Amino acid sequence: MAAVDEILSRARRTPVGEAAAQGAARFVKAAERENLVDVVFARVGSPFGELLVAATPKGVVQLSLYGYDQSETLEGLARKVSPRIFESPRRLDPVRKQLDEYFAGKRRTFDVDLDWQLSHGFALRVLEATARIPYGKVSSYREMAEKAGNVRATRAAGNALGGNAIPVIVPCHRVLRSGGGLGGYGGGLAMKEALLKMEGALL
Amino acid sequence: MPRARSTDVRPPPFQAFLDGHREEVYRFLTGFVAPHDVDDAFQETFLSALRAYPGLRNGTNLKSWVLTIAYRKAMDSHRGRARRPVPVDDLPERPSRRSHAEDHALWDLVRALPDKQRAAIVQRYANGLPYKEIAGILECSEEAARQNVREGLKKLKGMMT
Repeated sequence: MAAVDEILSRARRTPVGEAAAQGAARFVKAAERENLVDVVFARVGSPFGELLVAATPKGVVQLSLYGYDQSETLEGLARKVSPRIFESPRRLDPVRKQLDEYFAGKRRTFDVDLDWQLSHGFALRVLEATARIPYGKVSSYREMAEKAGNVRATRAAGNALGGNAIPVIVPCHRVLRSGGGLGGYGGGLAMKEALLKMEGALL
Repeated sequence: MPRARSTDVRPPPFQAFLDGHREEVYRFLTGFVAPHDVDDAFQETFLSALRAYPGLRNGTNLKSWVLTIAYRKAMDSHRGRARRPVPVDDLPERPSRRSHAEDHALWDLVRALPDKQRAAIVQRYANGLPYKEIAGILECSEEAARQNVREGLKKLKGMMT
């Protein structure tokens, strides 16, 4: 017979991964029932690499493009919104489906609620104006500044668009330099150009 | 104004915390409570952690934190169970141990040990924790944690022979 401490030590090497994962899945359901889930997130494949999309009960709060550090995004959400964050592809199904359709060129507008809580003041007004630029059209930083109430704040409008927490859905890629230059884009200029071409706004 | 110290670390998103510690909690509960109580105690532990989570200011020692919660929840479940008869026919099998009848028998004996000895032995052997961390979870001195493991082992050896 094996020695007592030898038998006890075997427990350390016994895999519990699957049982613990099942327990965790049941726990997340219980947490949802008790309204203890403040933010859900999911990873979404796209022609431009993997995106991360996060939502509160109010709506989509953040979309993080490929190239951004996902753990940093989640830590930021934990700090600014709530640390009660869970991965839940299922709860983000409608958004994921619409993103798929959009990237496939089969959808022109997003029918999802938005939670604007990560934007404030002038930046929020710029982004709200941006959200109204139709598919296939473009606008300028200057025009967005004007719509947000300060025609001279072109640079601030550019900063607001650069800080857009919900790119793609809030189509900051439709905003160009007044002279017609592409300007900037968090997901890279190649992505901005490809989206505008797909939408028929660029040749 | 006090300067930020290295201990002022924000807790990570709950999903990362759950992924990082669910196995340790599961291992502890598997050794500490009866098989049919593991799941409930696991849910209770993480629900309790989730309720307290937004108020948590220091994220440096979350493993000890959640294992302390698990210990408390497990004691509740263990005491509750002692008062109730246990239906024998719906014992969930633990496939990982199926091949080791002697392991099974020994862990049944572990579950009959007094709370602190049982907890110390499970954390030491199933989770491989250092005595310092076990002491933190049991709210006792490091020496007392060692003593609990020694006493528990002695009893187990006595029962096995």
